[in-house]
Amino acid sequence: MLISEKQALTERVGMLVQKYGNSRSALIPILQDIQHNFKYITDFEQQEVARLLDIHPVEVYSVISFYSFLSSKQRGKNIVRLCQSISCELEGKEKVAKAIERELGIKFGETTKDKKFTLEYTNCMGMCDQSPAMMVNEKVYSKLTPEKAVQILKEVK
Amino acid sequence: MMENKIERKGQVLFSGYKYGEGIKKALKLSREDILFELKESKLRGRGGAGFPTSTKWMLTAATIDPDKYLICNADEGEPGTFKDRVLLLEYPAMVFDGMVIGAYTIGAKFGIVYLRGEYKYMLPDLEAHLEKMRKDNYLGEKILGKDGFDFDIEIRLGSGAYVCGEETALIESLEGSRGEARNRPPFPVNRGYMGKPSSVNNVETFANIPFIVLKGGKWYNKLGTEKSTGTKLFSVSGDCEKPGVYELPWGTKVSELLEIVGAKNTKAVQVGGASGICIPKSQFDRMLAYEDLATGGSVKIFNENRNMLEVLKNFMEFFVEESCGQCVPCRIGNVKLLEGTKMLLKGEFTFEYINKLKELGRTMKIASKCGLGQSSPNPFLSILENFKDEVFNQGWRNNGR
Repeated sequence: MLISEKQALTERVGMLVQKYGNSRSALIPILQDIQHNFKYITDFEQQEVARLLDIHPVEVYSVISFYSFLSSKQRGKNIVRLCQSISCELEGKEKVAKAIERELGIKFGETTKDKKFTLEYTNCMGMCDQSPAMMVNEKVYSKLTPEKAVQILKEVK
Repeated sequence: MMENKIERKGQVLFSGYKYGEGIKKALKLSREDILFELKESKLRGRGGAGFPTSTKWMLTAATIDPDKYLICNADEGEPGTFKDRVLLLEYPAMVFDGMVIGAYTIGAKFGIVYLRGEYKYMLPDLEAHLEKMRKDNYLGEKILGKDGFDFDIEIRLGSGAYVCGEETALIESLEGSRGEARNRPPFPVNRGYMGKPSSVNNVETFANIPFIVLKGGKWYNKLGTEKSTGTKLFSVSGDCEKPGVYELPWGTKVSELLEIVGAKNTKAVQVGGASGICIPKSQFDRMLAYEDLATGGSVKIFNENRNMLEVLKNFMEFFVEESCGQCVPCRIGNVKLLEGTKMLLKGEFTFEYINKLKELGRTMKIASKCGLGQSSPNPFLSILENFKDEVFNQGWRNNGR
């Protein structure tokens, strides 16, 4: 990484710490902010957050690895989360999953080559009366059919 | 894309509420009066555990620390539960007014809503509502001119962890740590968020408060049964004509509910979500109530075509994934129960081993540290007990095909 890039990152993390505070309870909001904007949290960012909050980098990493919505590995620009819990499972999540996999040419857990999509399973997201359901980033789509799901992803930029 | 299907409105939550009404009435009463009404109402926690709300609030009110926290648990993660989503989207006024009344009662200065990450799309609307409350002086300093009553609410987001619905794990998460449950005691009412006295209550519990304040505890406790008063929101999903949220009095029988929601050829009903129990037809005359079938509201219906072992496998996969991993019974126990379920599916099992697994399940219920591991064996034990024929002959049937 270039030194100028590093400095820019440090500055950005510094601004987040200013925004959310430097107490330990600010850790998750800070990480969520980075995750939201950049889809994952780099090693260097983790170290910077740790330094500014005065905790060990391992603490930061342990928090990231605990929560399924935080990631330390590169993800696509859009994260697609298909619900795998019981209602969606019974209402045909498998068919939807297969259709999405075929269309994007990747399996669940993977990211497309152009880094546009990451496919993931998630547990119940509270749409059991309108299953199967999926989230694209923060937006929820319900009553999916294979066709509908693929169409939704087509419209995502 | 999304609808909030309220299929039945009952006598409390969906009976109509005017924003701010509850707070105005509450501030005319003394704290003791509110606690008295609450005790009279016999309201119990709507998250599922059913702890008396008045006791929790009395304990928090009795602590002398000037900094107390009131936390709303909106980490609705139990598979099959979606009532909080509907409440927060359709009736945020009831929930937030309930929090303000709660803060007044226990003397809390700070309110936090722990909203699950999956519900992040609600944030703009909820923030707008809070802003409106601040403008109308329902939040902020000297609320409605009451000297010394300062209270504000902050919304914090979860990040996709089921276990954070457990109150001490939720507090850990708020403090910026992994969502691992704490040992109790000390209880959060004495030492909670930041070591300060904290009361953690469910979204639906808060939504009940304004009605109790307005109409009185006596009116409330006449609804429902003696031990489970009031009404309950049931999140009904699965094989029925009208899935959605139903407000029904406690004590409603499972068979009555099935009738209302239009369920046909029902084989099994899972009450209480993945961590609840699964009952067969022969038990459909049981009551939905804390004293019989306790539930946080999830009712999942399975018809004759469903394979109960596949259902069980889905539940156990869920628990294996969501166990936080800090205590052994839950971390390893759930994996073993999942393995057992797969053996049953294949038909490659011995009764001796399955009996050992049942024993393990019972041990987990005692030995696990928090509610997750204490309740995760429920579907395994209840499905194996209630659907013996299907469960133990399945592999034979599958191989015979």
